[in-house]
Amino acid sequence: MPDQLLWAMEVTANGLLNGVMYALVALGFVLIFKASGIFNYAQGVMALFAAMTLVGIQDGRVPFAHLINAIFGTDIHYFGWEVPALAAILLTVGVMVVFAWAVQRFIFKHLVGQEPIILFMATIGLAYFLEGTSDLMWGSEIRNLDVGLPQGINPVIDEATFNLFGYGFFIDNLDISAAIVATLLVAGLVAYTQYTKQGRAMRAVADDHQAALSVGIKLNYVWVLVWSLAGLAALVAGIMWGSKSGVQFSLSLIALKALPVLMLGGFTSIPGAIVGGLIIGVGEALFEFSIGPLIGGATENWFAYVLALVFLIFRPQGLFGEKIIERV
Amino acid sequence: MFYREAGDFKTSYTADNQTFPIAFDRYGYFLVLLVGLGVVPFIINDYWANSILIPFLIYAIAAIGLNILTGYCGQVSLGTGGFMAVGAYTSYKLMTAFPWMDMVTITLLSGVMTAMVGLAFGLPSLRIKGFYLAVATLAAQFFLVWMFNKVPWFYNYSASGQISAPERTLFGYAVTGPNAESWVKYVFCFILVFVLAWAARNLTRGSIGRQWMAIRDMDIAAEIIGVNPMRAKLTAFAVSSFYVGIAGALLFTVYLGAVEVGEAYGILKSFLVLFMIIIGGLGSIFGSFIGAAFMVILPVVLRNVMSDGLGWDTALATHFEFAIVGALIMFFLIVEPHGLARLWSLAKEKLRRWPFPY
Repeated sequence: MPDQLLWAMEVTANGLLNGVMYALVALGFVLIFKASGIFNYAQGVMALFAAMTLVGIQDGRVPFAHLINAIFGTDIHYFGWEVPALAAILLTVGVMVVFAWAVQRFIFKHLVGQEPIILFMATIGLAYFLEGTSDLMWGSEIRNLDVGLPQGINPVIDEATFNLFGYGFFIDNLDISAAIVATLLVAGLVAYTQYTKQGRAMRAVADDHQAALSVGIKLNYVWVLVWSLAGLAALVAGIMWGSKSGVQFSLSLIALKALPVLMLGGFTSIPGAIVGGLIIGVGEALFEFSIGPLIGGATENWFAYVLALVFLIFRPQGLFGEKIIERV
Repeated sequence: MFYREAGDFKTSYTADNQTFPIAFDRYGYFLVLLVGLGVVPFIINDYWANSILIPFLIYAIAAIGLNILTGYCGQVSLGTGGFMAVGAYTSYKLMTAFPWMDMVTITLLSGVMTAMVGLAFGLPSLRIKGFYLAVATLAAQFFLVWMFNKVPWFYNYSASGQISAPERTLFGYAVTGPNAESWVKYVFCFILVFVLAWAARNLTRGSIGRQWMAIRDMDIAAEIIGVNPMRAKLTAFAVSSFYVGIAGALLFTVYLGAVEVGEAYGILKSFLVLFMIIIGGLGSIFGSFIGAAFMVILPVVLRNVMSDGLGWDTALATHFEFAIVGALIMFFLIVEPHGLARLWSLAKEKLRRWPFPY
């Protein structure tokens, strides 16, 4: 086989795995949008916040250390203990649940019935607030996140492809574990929404707020639940991206990567988020590989948007979105 | 007592149609113009001009532009930063290619160029609606910034990839470049803001503005009563981009002088202008001004309090600034989703009945 084709295959495989990451972030968006009609721009910053909190707890850092030191003139940074990865993850999940409750109680409870654009603006405000807060809490340096996931090139695939084609594919172990975790997460979510009481309540709310309210479903409870699940998705995305490239500000920009995924898949569809993520992942990787060098490179920033735009012109509600029916 | 319509009789259609029907408002408006042009240029200093007045005037233009699109026509746009970059780079190319051209022409032509680009990126709005459109405008943001970064022709093949404004004069006074005095820049911006705001106010209350508002309130119903949605949406995109392009050009030529596109016209700029119109008030020209003033003054005040007042290091102050801006935006949305302009009009309602409310 010619080298070009092999490289393209490798790029495609890596693009697929990247797409899984995008889909993870998009998943959080879809959960919240379906249940409450809120287009949550803060999803990316939630991933950053979750990853920062995880690292902070693991290292035993004192929250708001900078602020405390600046106000009281002290010099404290660490508690002096280290928390094992699993316990730290559980604690972070707890933090994300508290965060979900606070968001619902202090912000969106007061904004029920507002126009979607106002809710969207509130989430941009939330993103700013959360970004400032997470930097205040844990500092803004780049952190290494290590929860014991395997890293580096996968020797099995390398060898197998070398024997097959005479060229070893470079596939990162981390990407593979991300794909596995993402699959598990999606399977878990689907099972949860299909087979549990809370899941049924969630679907009911997503279908029709008022009807759900009238059969005795507590909207507030469901919304807290949904924000917690989105927080969980953010945590998983944060762990994956954080292990890959360090926990830093740019992590919050993955939200911008997830937006075209959403457009493509439709804002209300979980399968859409996954398929959209894969299409975008492969599309941008192949475009950068084939056309990128001709026009200056770094096309990943915008190609996903243009691709989504082209799809949207033919299907304005995304590939899997609900058909938009408009009446006067 | 003094703020009222009673006794203010209209005898002609012109008088009936005026923008400020209450005499007190009219006097206030003329007073602002008088102070803005007759007093401020003589007492202005570099600090006030550079940190508050000039950015306020420039962002007011951008906010009016976005308000026309989002507030009046209901099309959410997150591409403001990209369109501002189009204005900036057009003015740069014009300034370097035609050194004899004066600043007013350059600025207006930058607006026209941006209007055409905005028209192109507005085309999907005919098919895509709501949040799908908002995300689609991000395509403009990222693509334009990438293009200005990667195509060397736009920055005249300079080694740093930056563009910097050469000196250009207007009536013998330097408006751009390092030698421009701050009062000249201020007066230049002030006059442009005045003309553009006046035009926007009159556009939005005329036939085309009513078409925009009909589309905003319900596009299908508007179509049924005879509004051409294609015309209304595309004119909104064009006019809005014209304003935004002028703001971007001024931000580069008059205010910053030298820019790096990703830094000056990145997505944060889009959000900044969006915050301005949300805090100021959607669908209100006056609101664009208050919103711009608020978002320009707030960081200056916060920085002064935290860095100089409390002596914190800048990193900490920046983080705090982010958190406070975010919290304030959420607070405003909860307290008054229609913005400061709405609070202002409520205050005026109260003032009318003062001192005998019923």
